[in-house]
Amino acid sequence: MVASRNNRHSKKAFAEFMMNRRRMLALGGMAAGAGTLAACGGNTGREEGGDGVSLSQWYHEYGEAGTQEAAKGYAADYPDANVTVEWIPGDYDAALASGLLTDDGPDVFESHLNRGMVEAGQIVPLDDLIADVIDDIPEGDLRRNTIDGTVYGINMIDDPQYVVYRPSLFEAAGITAPPTTFEELIDIAIELTNDDVKGIDFGAAGGTDRLGQHMINSLGLSFIGEDMQAGFNDPRMAEGAELVKRLNDSNALLLGAPTDWWDPSSMIQGLTAMSWTGLWTMPALQENLGDDIGIFPCPGFVGGTPTVYNGGWATFVNANGKHVEEAKAFTKWLWVDNTEAILDWCLSYGFHIPSRLSLREQADQLTSGPAAEAVAISEEYGWADNPDWTPAMNTAVNDMLSNIALEGNDPEAELAKAVETVNTELDGIFG
Amino acid sequence: MAVTDKTAEPASAAAGTSRRPRRRRTFGGRNLAFWYFVGPFLLGLIIFTYIPVGWSAYLSFFDARNTVTPASEDFVGLDNFVTMLTDENFRRSLVTFSIFAAIIVPITFASSLGLALAVNKVRIMRAFFRSVFFLPFACSYVVASLVWKMSIFAGVRYGMANTVLDWFGIESIPWLFGNDPPWFWLVIATLRLWIQCGFYMILFIAALQQIPEHLYEAAYVDGARPGWQTFWHITLPHLRASSVAVLMLVLIAAYQAFDEFWNLLPNSGNVPYARTPLIYLFHTSLGTSQDLGRGSAGALILALLIAIVTLFQGKLLGFGKPEGR
Repeated sequence: MVASRNNRHSKKAFAEFMMNRRRMLALGGMAAGAGTLAACGGNTGREEGGDGVSLSQWYHEYGEAGTQEAAKGYAADYPDANVTVEWIPGDYDAALASGLLTDDGPDVFESHLNRGMVEAGQIVPLDDLIADVIDDIPEGDLRRNTIDGTVYGINMIDDPQYVVYRPSLFEAAGITAPPTTFEELIDIAIELTNDDVKGIDFGAAGGTDRLGQHMINSLGLSFIGEDMQAGFNDPRMAEGAELVKRLNDSNALLLGAPTDWWDPSSMIQGLTAMSWTGLWTMPALQENLGDDIGIFPCPGFVGGTPTVYNGGWATFVNANGKHVEEAKAFTKWLWVDNTEAILDWCLSYGFHIPSRLSLREQADQLTSGPAAEAVAISEEYGWADNPDWTPAMNTAVNDMLSNIALEGNDPEAELAKAVETVNTELDGIFG
Repeated sequence: MAVTDKTAEPASAAAGTSRRPRRRRTFGGRNLAFWYFVGPFLLGLIIFTYIPVGWSAYLSFFDARNTVTPASEDFVGLDNFVTMLTDENFRRSLVTFSIFAAIIVPITFASSLGLALAVNKVRIMRAFFRSVFFLPFACSYVVASLVWKMSIFAGVRYGMANTVLDWFGIESIPWLFGNDPPWFWLVIATLRLWIQCGFYMILFIAALQQIPEHLYEAAYVDGARPGWQTFWHITLPHLRASSVAVLMLVLIAAYQAFDEFWNLLPNSGNVPYARTPLIYLFHTSLGTSQDLGRGSAGALILALLIAIVTLFQGKLLGFGKPEGR
């Protein structure tokens, strides 16, 4: 789940907006009072009448214009069932989690796989749907949707995350090539910082909410090892954390920008020379900065490789829905067979990489310029979520980095603490 | 939730006492009228508060991940409570809250009392001044957070606070980032003060108007001077019941801090140095985590803590005793 939660922020701009305590309590309370409420509420997301069964399909709120109409269009084109698209604004995760606990949840929904959903019997295996195209699905996309050898989700889109920069500012400062190590990144960020422009924007948390995960992948470590214990208990992690502290102490970070990293505004407004971002911002960046855009992967830590986080969304079928077979048929029709819709979904609004190797070659927008570069680094350096990695474990790694970089705590002690927290979680799940 | 429900009471009770004799009805149907007014509220309270509270008490004894109806073999006894109480992050969130309460409770109390005294003294445009200070209470924490975050305390050089600092040649401050120094407390405290002071001011004004004028007149006859002397010996003792109520409400509201932390701080408030108890519980049991067993245990611990502190505070300050005794 991991940094996908970071990624989810990208589309969740509005979620932050809409979130308030009353809404949260209402959702929490609804989990309990759902039976009562469902009896009162008329609209359960299904429309009766017409041929065949009625299915409901849930999406989180995509920020790009036209996405909702597109999703509804695909559903309307489906001949064998009446599919109603529910566009869920606000905190999608909480709404979905509550919905799945009731009888009125979606039949088909997008989400991110985690073991809890499987163990609670909320989703059905989808191996048979992708059997014919399994070789066409990138391995990472397959792995992140697989638990104990069974595929539960079909990836809809890949959203690689990387650093975007202004080549013109690099040239003016005499910097010839993008950094390949995190030390170089810090030096360049300091070099480019002046009164008006900061070196780099890593988001509101100064990168402490994602760099730990990148470090683990950069160093060739794993979130969870073969022995089902934390796979990142390595002294180089403590060294890497010191680098993040150096960056945080350097005055080169853009902090307190009105928008967070998933919004390209700080780049477009010229507040920063470099920024952490994702592929979805590419159209907006190109429109505003023209050719003055370059990208590079997150540089390597302590002798490790560069890394790119491959976020994205996958589609699932609710095991407790009333029409599981029909829901599976619809899922196969839309997210496996309907390559035209998949390409439209990926390219016509924001930019996403299709989770099908053969479609990537057909996508003109992704075969040239920085977008092509994004596809290339995503394939070369990409890592994806591990469905056994829980938000609690992710928080442990974020806290470690925050405590080291922002509060100056002892790196080794903090690493030991994070490892212990993750191991306790893992023991609770697998022990 | 409970806060807003309770806060309505002192004001309406104060207003009700003076009117009751005139509105007494002589024919039957008073019971019906009672249920007509109380019924919907009570029903809501049962459905949205008592049932979920009872249910979460039940869940807290189970390993309930991604379910609200755990199977009987998932019964884990008190494990969830032990986990939460030994969880460093949960305990740290209670410390965060304590800092928050230590800042916000005394300042809210002093400012709303000060405002009430000032507005009560004003002879012209009273309604205007009361409304002006009360209006922010109608603003949602989310909207206010956005204003505070994006315009007043934006960390970039064109943020309002930073623009002012710039006039004095002071460098921009990233108000909402990090813990060294913890500028975010300034942002969070000013926001909450702005929103809630007006409400408590109204409670104090209601109480101030209950103090008989003749007490002051008698005091002046006896040679007391207006100002500090009468405030200390007449006004404050007569405000005791209201003061205790306000202190309690402010404290409970502080325990429940969520909105502004969620909206103002990085990563939806999920940062180790400023996680409030509710933010912590949200990330444990709602959103993607869905560990409802532990979340429920944590919520019960928190509820118990609030109950204990409130009862203790009430005992200490004499909650429920009539004014001025």
